[in-house]
Amino acid sequence: MERVILIKYGELTTKKGNRNFFVKTLANNIKYKLQDYSVTISSDLSRMYISFNEKDLNKILEQLNLVFGIHSYHVAYSCPSDLQSICDLLTETVEKEHFETFKVVVKRSDKTFPKKSNELAPIFGGVILKNKKNIKVDVHHPEVVVTVEILKDRTLLYYNAYQGLGGYPVGSQPKGLVMLSGGIDSPVATFLAMKRGIKIEAVYFESIPHTSLEAREKVITLVRKLSKYTNTIKLHIIPFTEIQEEIYKNVKDDYVITIMRRMMYRIMEKLAKKEHAYAIINGESVGQVASQTLHSMYVINEVTNMPVLRPVACLDKLEIIDIAKKIDTYETSILPYEDCCTVFVPKHPVINPTLDQCLKEEAKFEFSNLLEKAIYESKTITIKNQDVNEYQELL
Amino acid sequence: MIYFDNSATTPVREEVLETFCEVTRKFIGNPNSLHQLGFNSRKLMHEATRQVADLLHVKENEIIFTSSASESNNLAIKGLLDFYPNRKKLIITTELEHASILETLQQLSEDIDVKFVKLNENGKIDLEDLKAKLEEEPLLVSIHHVNSEIGIIQDIDTIGDLIKKYPKTFFHVDGTQSVGKIPLALDNVDLFSFSAHKFYGLKGIACLVKKEKVNLKPLISGGASQTIYRAGTPSVALIASLAKSLRLILNEQADNYQKVEVLNQKLRDGLKDEERIVINSSLSCSPYILNFSILNTKPETIIHKFDQFEIYIATKTACSSNETYSKALFALTKNKNISSSSLRISFSSRNTIEEVLTFIKILKEEIL
Repeated sequence: MERVILIKYGELTTKKGNRNFFVKTLANNIKYKLQDYSVTISSDLSRMYISFNEKDLNKILEQLNLVFGIHSYHVAYSCPSDLQSICDLLTETVEKEHFETFKVVVKRSDKTFPKKSNELAPIFGGVILKNKKNIKVDVHHPEVVVTVEILKDRTLLYYNAYQGLGGYPVGSQPKGLVMLSGGIDSPVATFLAMKRGIKIEAVYFESIPHTSLEAREKVITLVRKLSKYTNTIKLHIIPFTEIQEEIYKNVKDDYVITIMRRMMYRIMEKLAKKEHAYAIINGESVGQVASQTLHSMYVINEVTNMPVLRPVACLDKLEIIDIAKKIDTYETSILPYEDCCTVFVPKHPVINPTLDQCLKEEAKFEFSNLLEKAIYESKTITIKNQDVNEYQELL
Repeated sequence: MIYFDNSATTPVREEVLETFCEVTRKFIGNPNSLHQLGFNSRKLMHEATRQVADLLHVKENEIIFTSSASESNNLAIKGLLDFYPNRKKLIITTELEHASILETLQQLSEDIDVKFVKLNENGKIDLEDLKAKLEEEPLLVSIHHVNSEIGIIQDIDTIGDLIKKYPKTFFHVDGTQSVGKIPLALDNVDLFSFSAHKFYGLKGIACLVKKEKVNLKPLISGGASQTIYRAGTPSVALIASLAKSLRLILNEQADNYQKVEVLNQKLRDGLKDEERIVINSSLSCSPYILNFSILNTKPETIIHKFDQFEIYIATKTACSSNETYSKALFALTKNKNISSSSLRISFSSRNTIEEVLTFIKILKEEIL
């Protein structure tokens, strides 16, 4: 019996005018995810169908679970749209399903079908009860919702519903640059930004020799883990040592972090323009540390006019950790390597910095050349979601 | 030459040896050094460790590299006893264990209680007896997966399922004779030992899988190493070689099993009509091992006779060859004659049917 995967779109059904573009983007993303399998994807404005080889089903479902823009998906049987064929299909398939309570939902989008939905539901329910022992109808809390969708060209029948990730397909928005330190918050921020369809490029500020080679590896691992929700992610590695040392040398102790963040934002803006990105994204969460108080955000944000998205701004740490665990970045994030934000931490960073003071501190040294140089000397690597093993031949 | 002593050790696989040499030459840094060379070694060590963990379906931080399965077994037992000094000092095991378990327990016998689970006639442990003993809340149950002398396979999944219900009891499995040979699931196992040289790896590198929830005190103290459970500069080359030999053997495990099953059956067919021969390995044993006794003979003499034909076999296990009779076999058969005249043939996938036939021919014409 042939089956087909039925995909229902998430929020994108609300996009009237450019729905076509969203659907195309989603279809492309799904195609990319399923490139290793022999599948045929067809779509219309309200749903998508994937025909597949049965042997690949579990792998395919796993992949679909990583695609933004899918509200839900179902593995459906299909048959011609006539009453006898539908009843036959139910008889044939219901035995293999395991459940004790159920209800039938009939969706009749082919309005020329002779019987109405509310007439059909009891007929189908009857077929099920006749063919499966020890089960009963429960319209309030059924274990399984048996859905029959009567379309023009065929009827679909499914017993299952897989929840998709929701959101918009990645790429339905332009690029955004995310500041990735290696901590817990920024990978979660990245995930949430991608959920809104933003195509991500990651930026890592590196302070070798103050930070270790492991810290960079850690960020690469995080990007790799995040890239499973899209296709590939570019990682820009910004050499930040010189700027940080200058700051440390010139700026008064409690303003070191504030000025450092302002420098990072400036670099982010320059890089965004160069890379045609339209937003800066980071993992700041209001009040979490001194540089993330509203006062701090206000004076740090002052250096740029670009939108700065802070997807986890209003989440508690525990809520952030929950997501980090779900997307499998938590274990990597808690590896104990120092990053550029933790190496030069003053004892008492200022909690309520003022713009005046920032400007005074920044007047103490010449930094614009350093910013240009950092961007000029940055390295970019493209990271795929495969556990690439550099030492494959050795191992 | 016919080599039938693969449970004692196997010849190294050429690619594995190449890995060892190349890593030794190229990765000169101590993985604990901070500089680039140290980083390179460290990264390779992590990749190798991750590969081993993935292959065994455990986490990277659950892999402890050691020098031998004997060390792994020692670390499991002594490390647990040292870390949990206030728990009941009772260890449950079987009489079929390797010397590195039994001797270790003997060594500790003044301080701990050891109880042996009853075995049923085919050598599998008696689950009812184990249940009863578990009620005493032992610190540890240590049971082999495949016995090294006779090839008896214990159902570690079922045993682990039982033990899981006793939160104060840990479950250690000696998998030295099973890794790469028979399917393995470590879901219900807390500690698991194995060694690379049993599957075409190098001697000198082994592993103790230690699940996250288990704690151990190290036997060897010192500075940072691959894990905190064993000090000493890690040999990245040996670790890489283990990762490679494990990957390669698991790739061919199913094919090898079928091949060795045929060899085992051929040998059984050749032995079954001989009056003086008793086959000690039942059909439910691992096909890699076939133990039989030639009654009223000294196995040492027979081994030396076979030597003349360049055929290499064993009596008991290599690690307990000096005793006069096989403790494991005696525990199973309660028969001195059988257990003092036993021989062990242990196969690898590299053995052939022709070798088995030659062995049978020489056995019948020259030995019996």
